Amino acid sequence: MIRFILGKLLYLVPTFLGITLIAFSFVRVLPGDPVLLMAGERGITPERHAELSAQLGFDRPIWQQYFDFLGRLLQGDLGNSLVTKKPVLTEFLALFPATVELGLVAIVIATLVGVPVGVIAAIRRGSWFDQISMTGALVGFSMPIFWWGLLLIILFSGILQWTPVSGRISLMYFFPQVTGFMLIDSLLSGQKGAFASAASHLILPAVVLATIPLAVIARQTRSAMLEVMGEDYVRTARAKGLPQSRVVGVHALRNAMIPVITTIGLQVGVLMAGAILTETIFSWPGIGKWMIDSISRRDYPVVQSGLLLIAGLVMLVNLLVDLTYGLINPRIRHK
Amino acid sequence: MKLVTRSLVAASALAMMTAMPAMAKTFVYCSEASPEGFDPAPYTSGTTFDASAHPVYNRLVEFKKGTTEIEPGLAEAWEVSADGLEYTFKLRQGVKWHSNEIFTPTRDFNADDVIFSYERQGKADHPWNQYIAGVSYEYFNSMEMASLIKEIVKVDDYTVKFVLTRPEAPFMANIAMPFASIISAEYAEALDKAGKREDLNNLPVGTGPFKFVAYQKDAVIRYAKNADYWGDAPMIDDLVFAITPDAAVRLQKLKAGECHLMPFPSPADLETIKADPNLKLDEQAGLNVAYLGYNTTMAPFDNAKVRKALNMAINKQAIIDAVYQGAGQVAKNPIPPTMWSYNDAIVDDPYDPEAAKKILEEEGVKDLSMKIWAMPVQRPYMPNARRAAELMQEDFAKVGVKVEIVTYEWGEYLKKSTEVNRDGAVILGWTGDNGDPDNFMGVLLSCAAAGEGGANRAQWCNEDFSALISQAKQTADVAERTRLYEEAQVIFKDQAPWATLGHSTQYVPMSNKVSGFVMSPLGDFTFEAVDIAE
Amino acid sequence: MSDTAVKLSDAAIRRRMLADFWFYFRQNRGAVAGMWVFLALVLVAIFAPLIAPHDPTQQYRDALLVPPVWQEGGRAGFLLGTDAVGRDMLSRLIYGAQFSLFIGIVVVSIALVGGIIVGLLAGFFGGWVDTVIMRVMDVILAFPSLLLALVLVAILGPGLTNAMIAIAIVYQPHFARLTRAAVMGEKAREYVTAARVAGAGNLRLMFKTILPNCLAPLIVQATLSFSSAVLDSAALGFLGMGAQPPASEWGTMLAEAREFILRAWWVVTLPGLAILTSVLAINLMGDGLRDALDPKLKRS
Repeated sequence: MIRFILGKLLYLVPTFLGITLIAFSFVRVLPGDPVLLMAGERGITPERHAELSAQLGFDRPIWQQYFDFLGRLLQGDLGNSLVTKKPVLTEFLALFPATVELGLVAIVIATLVGVPVGVIAAIRRGSWFDQISMTGALVGFSMPIFWWGLLLIILFSGILQWTPVSGRISLMYFFPQVTGFMLIDSLLSGQKGAFASAASHLILPAVVLATIPLAVIARQTRSAMLEVMGEDYVRTARAKGLPQSRVVGVHALRNAMIPVITTIGLQVGVLMAGAILTETIFSWPGIGKWMIDSISRRDYPVVQSGLLLIAGLVMLVNLLVDLTYGLINPRIRHK
Repeated sequence: MKLVTRSLVAASALAMMTAMPAMAKTFVYCSEASPEGFDPAPYTSGTTFDASAHPVYNRLVEFKKGTTEIEPGLAEAWEVSADGLEYTFKLRQGVKWHSNEIFTPTRDFNADDVIFSYERQGKADHPWNQYIAGVSYEYFNSMEMASLIKEIVKVDDYTVKFVLTRPEAPFMANIAMPFASIISAEYAEALDKAGKREDLNNLPVGTGPFKFVAYQKDAVIRYAKNADYWGDAPMIDDLVFAITPDAAVRLQKLKAGECHLMPFPSPADLETIKADPNLKLDEQAGLNVAYLGYNTTMAPFDNAKVRKALNMAINKQAIIDAVYQGAGQVAKNPIPPTMWSYNDAIVDDPYDPEAAKKILEEEGVKDLSMKIWAMPVQRPYMPNARRAAELMQEDFAKVGVKVEIVTYEWGEYLKKSTEVNRDGAVILGWTGDNGDPDNFMGVLLSCAAAGEGGANRAQWCNEDFSALISQAKQTADVAERTRLYEEAQVIFKDQAPWATLGHSTQYVPMSNKVSGFVMSPLGDFTFEAVDIAE
Repeated sequence: MSDTAVKLSDAAIRRRMLADFWFYFRQNRGAVAGMWVFLALVLVAIFAPLIAPHDPTQQYRDALLVPPVWQEGGRAGFLLGTDAVGRDMLSRLIYGAQFSLFIGIVVVSIALVGGIIVGLLAGFFGGWVDTVIMRVMDVILAFPSLLLALVLVAILGPGLTNAMIAIAIVYQPHFARLTRAAVMGEKAREYVTAARVAGAGNLRLMFKTILPNCLAPLIVQATLSFSSAVLDSAALGFLGMGAQPPASEWGTMLAEAREFILRAWWVVTLPGLAILTSVLAINLMGDGLRDALDPKLKRS
């Protein structure tokens, strides 16, 4: 087992190096010069331009800048934002909990709804429930979520006025950020109504973000269940006269869960991409919006380190999924 | 017993909490973006100043509300020597610094703070110059403070003398700008001791009307009223900035009562705002100008008559209607009408394609084709440069001039447009920094600003104009300065280095309950005088 | 003589396979419905200039934000209303179909061709070629696709062409992986060995012998990518990095319409509905294709 984990980890090293290279070089070939953007309409003399570039380290040869970047990375230094002048890591950590909270709630919604729907659809294959839910899943899978979000805003915030328009919690509530997760912090604060407020702010963006993963999970669960239910041991169990609930609950579900867990794990990348859109629509202060803003501001250190952090994270989650998979299914380990 | 105290504490805490919202007046401002930081000196955006310089800090002198005139701030009075080289400020006494969790001031504001605030920006070897690695002081630099200030002398605890290297009339306006905010030298010392120097930029301590309470990145900033404020204490108890980048969402929040006031409504929404009985809308001409700058060193644009003819070919009203969607006014001078010394006697070039055509023929300009540069981004003075360029393309076609529209990535655009041999006329504009006419005419049109990297993108160097500008810059008397600038505007109109296109109008929608808000010609949002009706 | 006989039987086999395919495909009602919608979309795109009542960029200054015809204030001249600068929504939606199909075709073609070549090389040669190529693919896949596409578009400059290139680059690893896996599987089969013994060169082996046998999963992936490409390019347009105004690309239209969400539902709702419908149709077709092409692939 340890060898298996070590092997996986070793495999990640060159990939991670590749990621640093891409993050660095992509950002460096971005057209546009942050020094010029800072100067704006006023213009900047060539001398002052050179001075500022030197101060920011942009005058060094590009390969040297790359090794500087790697060197600092090893020391845990991701550089400072050109716009706010603050360390990228500090900014990332300030915004990251918002994205994680949104993503976690979304994946929980997607799993809690998607798995049962998939299971029921598989058991009642061909029923109206199966047909409607799978059509629904395909619609969800085809959904442009940026539009879906706008529709929900129109309906729930505009017409019905049930949910607030944007933000994470009503401004009435003010309490220290302990975990960065608004749902938890609001409970910790003990202020009446704070949790409800946080939840009502979170629900629409989370539903929007959950849409595509939900569809994928429901479809995947259904087909995994169908496959397992077709296998000999399930049929045998059925033939032996075991009750349906036991067959499904004990035999089929457990085996069907292996591919489903993988699917859920693989949604992390999807969630990250979705977060960019969802955060933009709902003005959610997370890292998706931060990345978009930084790209348009040519904030090199933020874009490059942000790319790195996000890709590293996706990689890490995929590794965890791999490992879990290996744990559940020992055959994989020895391949 | 223990239990009793505990429940008592809990009860009083609860009472405080429930009582607070009812008693405290909380004013919520839906701001348009996150501040870059809370130290005003290294930054240049209005958003940052609205969140740092205006609520938290003061300057030696301040802009009088709703004007670009100077009034006493932390300096009660000042004297200027006859040669215009020495400015002596009498400082206000008994001004208290804010305190926060890690800092309790032991002394009032004094001359040391003033010197500290300026020298950290101006002296590269100052221990606080690089308190954040790679930080630079753009405004201090671009207002040429480093070369202007020879030294700052502490005469006594409440008297400071600035010695300048040359007479400079806009100096007073410059030091009223946000970058010149006065920060506490004692706080800096405390931060240094705690090893948290960068908190100068995160947890600001100032003398201003509001104390900084907390900032949650990209979401909300909180301030509390400074009860010890040396000026008129604010009417509201808590000031909250709800950061809302999307204009439509801002409006929605305003309508829902989630905030009281918002900046930068989308022009498309102005009608709905006016129709809403719960909202009111303030408007004012912005301190800005959008222009089409010819390259006056290239034939045939080196001929003032040709430039004038082209200006006559542009239907500016159509640009105001289509591009600004009415939220603007036609510009005839290089400075906006809200600025002192605006010469209203000047008559704009009439829109007259026929006459323009005739002049071009007289000047021997035939089959002219030119480029118009259109900015790739939206700016406060120009909502859509591409659309404006297309309109001018049509206009110029009517006088037989072919136009090709070109554009570059914004940073490139800014740089390439300053190149001396630039091919084409460039759409650009300017938003005033300090309300001084020199900040427009000196920065954008003087001989000194021509050349690569300068802001004079017309490359227009007119000796007479430049002489007037520099004379005005060295004259302290405002009436005399006004006369000089008015004269300069006549030359400008006659020589037409630009086609002045428009000044955009600034709108501020707010709830009917809000009173006391005064729009600033500089585009600042300040809230020390606002109040909300229950 | 014998030559034609072989050809004939080849054609016969192909006809037989097509018939099989059609038999299975037809059983999936959703897939057939999707196909009809998709065909309608293609026709609309091709004949856009004939069908559209107005020029999609023509601005009617006297008809700003006119609601659809059935609503109060609607005008017969503008069936689905107009947008903020007085352009006919219906015409813009019709021309938008051209963009979406064009984007789908271009993105899938680039990604497919690129992915096949890369995947064939990796799978066929193995060894360090394989390692290097697959590592590069891993790296690309480690980034969330939309984020990488965004950065790529920022590098190349916003615009339709660049958005398509960016999306294609991001999609290409999927095709490469599939091709490689299929090639690895097929390489050891007898017919390949036989062909090699018969003296077939590498190129011929790769493209003529192995590739046709790996097509099924690639076709399925291609339909999936087609619909994702439509979605992602709309997302880029929505974020201002895709097709630029005044292009009537649906995502770009949505971005322009955002400020009117509470005032003019039609400028927001309709472009999104168009995106959803076309993506759904393609996905329905994709499901049917997968079932018909390879019953073994019947998953998810």
